[in-house]
Amino acid sequence: MSTHATQEQEGAEVDAGDSKPHSPHQDRRLQEKATREEQSQRESDERTREREETVEIKVFRYDPEVAEKQEPRFDTFHVPFEKGMTVLDAVMYARDHYDSSLTFRHSCRQAICGSDAFFINGRQRLGCQTQIAELDTPVRIEPLPHQEVVKDLVVDMDSFYEQMEAVEPYFQTNDLPEGDLDEQRQSRENREKIKMGTRCIWCASCMSSCNIAAGDDQYLGPAPISMAYRFAMDEREGEDIQDHRLRIIEQEHGVWRCQTQFSCTNVCPKDIPLTEHIQELKREAVKKNLKFW
Amino acid sequence: MHEHDVLVVGAGGAGLRAAIAAHEEGADVAIVTKLHPVRSHTGAAEGGINAALRDGDSWQDHAYDTMKGSDYLGDAPAIETLCQDSPEETIQLEHWGMPFSREDDGRVSQRPFGGLSFPRTTYAGAETGHHLLHTLYQQVVKRGIQVYDEWYVSRLAVTEDPDPEKRECHGIVAFDVQTGEVAGFRARKGVVLATGGPGQVFDHTTNAVSCTGDGPAMAYRAGVPMEDMEFIQFHPTTLPSTGVLISEGVRGEGGILYNDIGERFMFEHGYASNDGELASRDVVARAELTEVNEGRGVDDEYVHLDMRHLGEERIIDRLENILHLAGDFEGVDGLVEPMPVKPGQHYAMGGIETDENGETLVSGLYAVGECACVSVHGSNRLGGNALPELIVFGARAGRHAAGTDLGEAIIETGRTEDTEIGEVDTPVAPGAIHAGDTDEDAVADGGDPRGEGAGVIPEPNEVVERALEAENRRIDHLMEKDEGVQQAELRAKLQKTMTQNVNVFRTEAGLKQALRDIREVREQYQDVYVDDPSRTFNTDLQQTIEMRNLIDTAEAITLGALARDEFRGAHWRQEYQERRDEKWLKHTLLSWNDGTPELWYKPVILEGEDKTYEPKVRSY
Ligand SMILES: Cc1cc2nc3c(=O)[nH]c(=O)nc-3n(C[C@H](O)[C@H](O)[C@H](O)COP(=O)(O)OP(=O)(O)OC[C@H]3O[C@@H](n4cnc5c(N)ncnc54)[C@H](O)[C@@H]3O)c2cc1C
Ligand code: SF4
Ligand code: FES
Repeated sequence: MSTHATQEQEGAEVDAGDSKPHSPHQDRRLQEKATREEQSQRESDERTREREETVEIKVFRYDPEVAEKQEPRFDTFHVPFEKGMTVLDAVMYARDHYDSSLTFRHSCRQAICGSDAFFINGRQRLGCQTQIAELDTPVRIEPLPHQEVVKDLVVDMDSFYEQMEAVEPYFQTNDLPEGDLDEQRQSRENREKIKMGTRCIWCASCMSSCNIAAGDDQYLGPAPISMAYRFAMDEREGEDIQDHRLRIIEQEHGVWRCQTQFSCTNVCPKDIPLTEHIQELKREAVKKNLKFW
Repeated sequence: MHEHDVLVVGAGGAGLRAAIAAHEEGADVAIVTKLHPVRSHTGAAEGGINAALRDGDSWQDHAYDTMKGSDYLGDAPAIETLCQDSPEETIQLEHWGMPFSREDDGRVSQRPFGGLSFPRTTYAGAETGHHLLHTLYQQVVKRGIQVYDEWYVSRLAVTEDPDPEKRECHGIVAFDVQTGEVAGFRARKGVVLATGGPGQVFDHTTNAVSCTGDGPAMAYRAGVPMEDMEFIQFHPTTLPSTGVLISEGVRGEGGILYNDIGERFMFEHGYASNDGELASRDVVARAELTEVNEGRGVDDEYVHLDMRHLGEERIIDRLENILHLAGDFEGVDGLVEPMPVKPGQHYAMGGIETDENGETLVSGLYAVGECACVSVHGSNRLGGNALPELIVFGARAGRHAAGTDLGEAIIETGRTEDTEIGEVDTPVAPGAIHAGDTDEDAVADGGDPRGEGAGVIPEPNEVVERALEAENRRIDHLMEKDEGVQQAELRAKLQKTMTQNVNVFRTEAGLKQALRDIREVREQYQDVYVDDPSRTFNTDLQQTIEMRNLIDTAEAITLGALARDEFRGAHWRQEYQERRDEKWLKHTLLSWNDGTPELWYKPVILEGEDKTYEPKVRSY
């Protein structure tokens, strides 16, 4: 089953940030995102004070094997609130104290393993990176939309992994230094250029937020394209390989599908300028095509 | 039954490196991992990789620093191997595209780190572990190495023999988390354990939820000793609500620690009148807890780390990541208020006893990374020395498991003529509840509890089959019960006593209390049940099995700590405030011994390739 359907049934509200008109200016977008975050930080301080002792969370439940969970539903839990509490803390508390069958992926608790991207109050976020105090209550926690649900908040990640691996996500070069102790040179500027692209934690938030990916399951999607960008722009790989990489992302279900809606950039927990990476690859591909023909 | 030459259990830095090495030797290798590889906790490492790459530095200097840092409890052959191989392994990562930070001339950057005589910590921003992990996984994808991802390994398939040194490992048993299918995996050549740290034994840790000591516990019950388990590193600056690490860099840049009444206690209470906040990790951690214990903690729990005076510009320039961490995980803005911090469990120096080829005393069974103890860190690990351990010993174990001759190891595993039997006075019996009888709890994991066909050496496939049957029985048993106690309650209880009693401060009374509590938890575990009836993604079942591993690991840590009546490296004992070389220049080993744990010791090896390391006072 797909959460997409449930979402429609349940009529999940959409975060205000997502429904604003899309601006073509990446910088402004990121700026807005930063301002939003700042603002919510300030508001959260106030709310911490106002908030009652417990916080109410509504969690999506589904298990194909268990009779009473075959029909998707939401369970409500009241979790004691503490300052600093994240959404992940809240679902862990609910699992450990009320219902041990409540199922979700998580591991690092510090926004680096990428396991716990959920659809929280209508927006893709990492559970561990989202302060409860910043959210409207009750907090609604659902699995990532547009992905098959395995159970409760766990979605099937296989198609995401396949897309990630479709862009040859590994370094390639025909020109390594001779010595075992001799590193390749890379300029600081070039390292800076690929830096954001190397930060991806494979959380699939971007993929889940993307309308194009939802409609075309072969579309490479934001994270894979940004991964390709990270290698294509890495000066250590050399031009022949860059050409090869551009051919991969330029295919039918590649960069040209992107309609610059910025939803991916908005949700990325690592602030990777995904749309900008896609746009730059489009420009590169145009340049190269001119050269090929 | 799945079948491969080499099976690697775990896909952090150590496991991935081992798999690549085995593959390069032509072996058919598969990785079996409870998390998808990129989710492994190696991704959380920040600081960097120590490697003597530059003129003016040498592997010998790196080895000297490491031996001194270990407080003379590291083995020279392991330390020297680490320091000799680290440069090549680090550059290998660069050749695989790892995005290291760069100097103006385009070469990889290195920075100073605590306890190092040369700035040799090679880094990629403040996300070195993330890049190391992803770079290695990329190489696994490139080579098409098979990954059984989200498969939980719950048992080793080891032959039964009264003498663990005669046992052989032929594979593993694992279940597919997504479907619940339990399957046997036969390894024709070797099984490499690379399951990471045991941080979840404590309730406050920088380790991930998945760091549950599965590897050491499984190997231990199969007859492999755990080594130096009492040595646990506590980091002084972790966020109170989550344990997220606040890098030493904050204090390095001038961050100040205050108690509840605004005293700069590191100086004002004389914990480190010279170095203050920059004293070594263990000193600062003990100072913070003393403040809290003496009633000067904030909210009776933590102290404040203040960096506001550094100014917004400098903070954003050098410590931006810290602002994100404190904001996201503690809801605190480091620019406008001090950050709450307290000590947290960070790293386990001990683990599965291995030699420098990664081999354990059970033939065909290897261990590498944080789950292993070669031992390079001795009683205290230097920052930046864990990541090179992953790649150096990962590569060696992978090659060796694939059948490559690496020469005979100098470190001997198992008992030798230098072995000394240990004694410790415990308030309750450790080990299995029904040691000695045929209860499943007491036998080696691959053994056949009913002893059918005892004395006959079974075919490798049969060993795996039997282990599979035993595991199916265990899982069915846990799933069929529908009342009793749940793992979450037991886990909380265990973590609480460990954090109270086996923490930075250790007293005889506290350690004994911990052993009593661990015993109680072990007894209650007899009644544990899994409430979730589903076979689909049953994390209740997985955590219940992990809980068993936490119990064995916690007990090993505590037994070692109680026996060691000295203060060395990270191990502090109230009653014994001195390092006692005449008695304690030796490794602690603990054997499961089919349910009645046995403590024994082997001498530290201080003889290096061309010199012998002389124990000196560890001062900086
Ligand atoms: C916050 C933090 C910062 C650090 N910074 C540094 C640093 O700057 N420099 C440094 O040198 N060291 C650092 N360390 C230490 C170092 O990062 C770790 O010791 C190291 O990464 C551990 O790697 P590993 O491969 O042994 O285990 P992990 O990366 O933890 O991987 C364990 C693997 O085993 C698998 N696994 C576990 N149990 C099972 C099972 N039962 N069945 C199947 N699979 C299983 C998991 O899925 C995972 O893939 C840091 C540690 C932390 C926590
Ligand atoms: S690009 Fe960002 S949102 Fe997408 S998978 Fe990577 S980290 Fe997640
Ligand atoms: S738990 Fe690892 S990213 Fe949230």
